[in-house]
Amino acid sequence: MTEETVKEKTEPTRRDFLYLTASAIGAVGTAYFAWPFLDSMNPASDILAQSSIDVDLAPIPAGTAITVVWRGKPIFVRHRTPEEITAAQQVPLSELMDPEPDKERVKKGHDQWLVVIGICTHLGCIPTGNKPTQTRGKYGGWECPCHGSLYDTSGRVRRGPAPANLAVPPYAFVTATSIRIGTSEAAHG
Amino acid sequence: MGSLTKIARWIDYRLPVFSFIDHELRAYPTPRNLNYWWNFGSLAGITLVIMILSGIFLAMHYEPNVATAFDSVEYIMRSVNYGWFMRYLHANGATMFFIIVYIHMLRGLYYGSYKSPREVLWILGVVIFLLMMATAFMGYVLPWGQMSYWGATVITNLFSVFPFGEDIVQWLWGGFSVDNPTLNRFFALHYLLPFLIVGVVVLHLVALHQHGSSNPLGIERKEPRDSIPFHPYYTVKDLFGLGVFALVWAYFIFFNPNFFGEPDNYIPANPLVTPPHIVPEWYFLPYYAILRSIPNKLVGVLCMFSSIGVLFFLPWLDTSKVRSATFRPIYKWVFWSFVFDCFVLGFVGAHSPDFIHVTLGGISNQFLGQITTLYYFAFFLILLPILGKFEKTRPLPTSLSEPVLRKGKDRRAAVRILIFTFLMLSPVSATEPTAPLPHEVWSFQGPTGTFDRTDLQHGFQIYKQVCSACHSLKHIRFIDLAALGYTPAEIKALASEYKMPSINDDGEPAERPALPNDIIPGPYKNEKAARASNNGALPPDLSLITKARVGGPDYVYALLTGYQSVPPKDVQIPEGMHYNPYFPGGQIAMIPPLSDGLETYSDGSKPSVNQMAKDVVTFLSWVAEPELETRKKMGYKVLIYFIVFTVLMYIVKRRVWKNV
Ligand code: FES
Repeated sequence: MTEETVKEKTEPTRRDFLYLTASAIGAVGTAYFAWPFLDSMNPASDILAQSSIDVDLAPIPAGTAITVVWRGKPIFVRHRTPEEITAAQQVPLSELMDPEPDKERVKKGHDQWLVVIGICTHLGCIPTGNKPTQTRGKYGGWECPCHGSLYDTSGRVRRGPAPANLAVPPYAFVTATSIRIGTSEAAHG
Repeated sequence: MGSLTKIARWIDYRLPVFSFIDHELRAYPTPRNLNYWWNFGSLAGITLVIMILSGIFLAMHYEPNVATAFDSVEYIMRSVNYGWFMRYLHANGATMFFIIVYIHMLRGLYYGSYKSPREVLWILGVVIFLLMMATAFMGYVLPWGQMSYWGATVITNLFSVFPFGEDIVQWLWGGFSVDNPTLNRFFALHYLLPFLIVGVVVLHLVALHQHGSSNPLGIERKEPRDSIPFHPYYTVKDLFGLGVFALVWAYFIFFNPNFFGEPDNYIPANPLVTPPHIVPEWYFLPYYAILRSIPNKLVGVLCMFSSIGVLFFLPWLDTSKVRSATFRPIYKWVFWSFVFDCFVLGFVGAHSPDFIHVTLGGISNQFLGQITTLYYFAFFLILLPILGKFEKTRPLPTSLSEPVLRKGKDRRAAVRILIFTFLMLSPVSATEPTAPLPHEVWSFQGPTGTFDRTDLQHGFQIYKQVCSACHSLKHIRFIDLAALGYTPAEIKALASEYKMPSINDDGEPAERPALPNDIIPGPYKNEKAARASNNGALPPDLSLITKARVGGPDYVYALLTGYQSVPPKDVQIPEGMHYNPYFPGGQIAMIPPLSDGLETYSDGSKPSVNQMAKDVVTFLSWVAEPELETRKKMGYKVLIYFIVFTVLMYIVKRRVWKNV
């Protein structure tokens, strides 16, 4: 009689454990099965490999910027004039919407070169202002044609609706007049 | 918990999804005596879902254009994350799907599942089968290899026998031959048809649930104890079956992915050259055999279509009142001989019509095909109608629950299924090689083989110094060579030795040094230039050479080492050609590329011809299957997982079924 009750009590728990293990194994397997399909939508190996490009700075005259393409995105490389550098350095941080000092946005000793991703942080349009003849807005950097955001000579947002500064991509100086975008160490290929 | 139930109730009152699931998937009363042959319906459903899933993700990368289709498939294999897995899953999945469905159909044939009141259920199944064949055929065209192209040509030409045939065929092609419009529409339809299949499957299930499953005894259920709820009894049994099935499928994906494929389909489509032996995929071989056995084109095509069309009339051709072959002593034999006949037909389809079967008293393949075709139709049109009238059937049991009949049946069914599947998997390749290939031992062979890194580097050296003078590797980027053990700096230096065409700032054609992410440039600008420098012969691209030739690495090795400077007496070798018994036809334009002491390896050794051949073949095998090592490694994990899964499901099944 006592044995019977013990059996009745333990039996369901052991069985429950078995069922739980089986369901868990099944669930884990299904999750793993989903991964290759989801991962197949990530950038393929050849696209990942296009990770860095070299840009020759020598032909860019002061006061203008060029656009190069890195990972399918426009990158502005701007040769700043001394006035533009001073303007960027001297504006008090308190006046900025997204406070960031100019020296953190350029490489040490290369103040004249500003490298930013040329995509408006509002909704993704390409701001104008690379050539001095284009509208640059009253802060002298870039102006976005879509909803009128203004950027200064450090690529920082000064008037909305854009919420943040133009992003600085990873890059490094290979020589005094050439940079490699896509890597922060110059030694790497 | 409580509120969830409430929400479910609220929804269910308006849209009865939950009661539907409960009714049709959980409580659904099922005969208690179904054996393992009844697993294949649900397996087919699962396979369909997996095929659609993998197909959708493959379609995100595939390009249906004759210029890029072949390369985009290679791009999937080499660059897309897990692309090789998705493609091998999908390609082998077609084979698995047909195995499952053939077993499912033969089960219906053996147990008379199509008899009243399940005729419509059967007919819907035949419709699914037809749609499947169309889908599989069009899917096979998409990789745009030689077999794809010529398969498409042959199958579409079948329609030329009908009145206005020429017009119909041109309409199918969208041109005057199989070409870009054909490929495009095949892709669109290959994407569409599976969803039509899903629709017909739903109808198939509705028809099934109307009268419930038939069962091995073929008698209707009479008392409540004849039925058990579908869940958990059959869900867990199906899951166990799924585990076994997944093991088979996974074996092929990870360890033998091209077993069912044709090497010729790794050669890009060429509308001007038909491969020497074109064969359809194994699952079409019996129909192909019927087509070829009949010397008249129109009759042959009609017979082929009728061999499937006759299935629609099966419920009325079989006149027997008794469903299950278990109680039909003669039909049982007739059935198995029909199955045997189908295998022979498949065998006939795999060999050329002139092939002589020495073991069968020297009869020709064509004649064997004619006898088996005759039996195929006799089975449906003569034997089935007559047997029902004259056969003395054994007495039927009175109830499904009669215990005497149940012992051991299920296990026997499981064993038979295994034997049957292996028969279907038995290799049907019927190529007649020119000279038997010597078998080499390769480091990358077998389930655990990996590429030897030193051999790879040496092989690359041979390719670069010797082969690359005439042969390209258009699917390999410099950066891929990292797998051989080269550092990024070495790869960069290597790439810069090559020049890539570019456009300078003035818009003039110019050259720039190659970058690591560039494809390794080939020796010739285009095909014409290649032919001009090689006496009219085109040195093939080597990216897939070990996959695109029967015998694979052994073939390439034999070719490289098999030159004979003095041909046999009866062979005439024209100027500019060389004798090599391993090359089809024996004459090859390529001069013997390797000679002793041609190269010096970095360790200072001077390799022999055989050593160089071995190294370069190892390298080319890596080039053809760079995913090989990852694939096997992942394969072990998957196999272990499914072994655990299967054992666990088996234990659960035993528990659940203990008291039935
Ligand atoms: S996208 Fe630039 S302001 Fe809206």
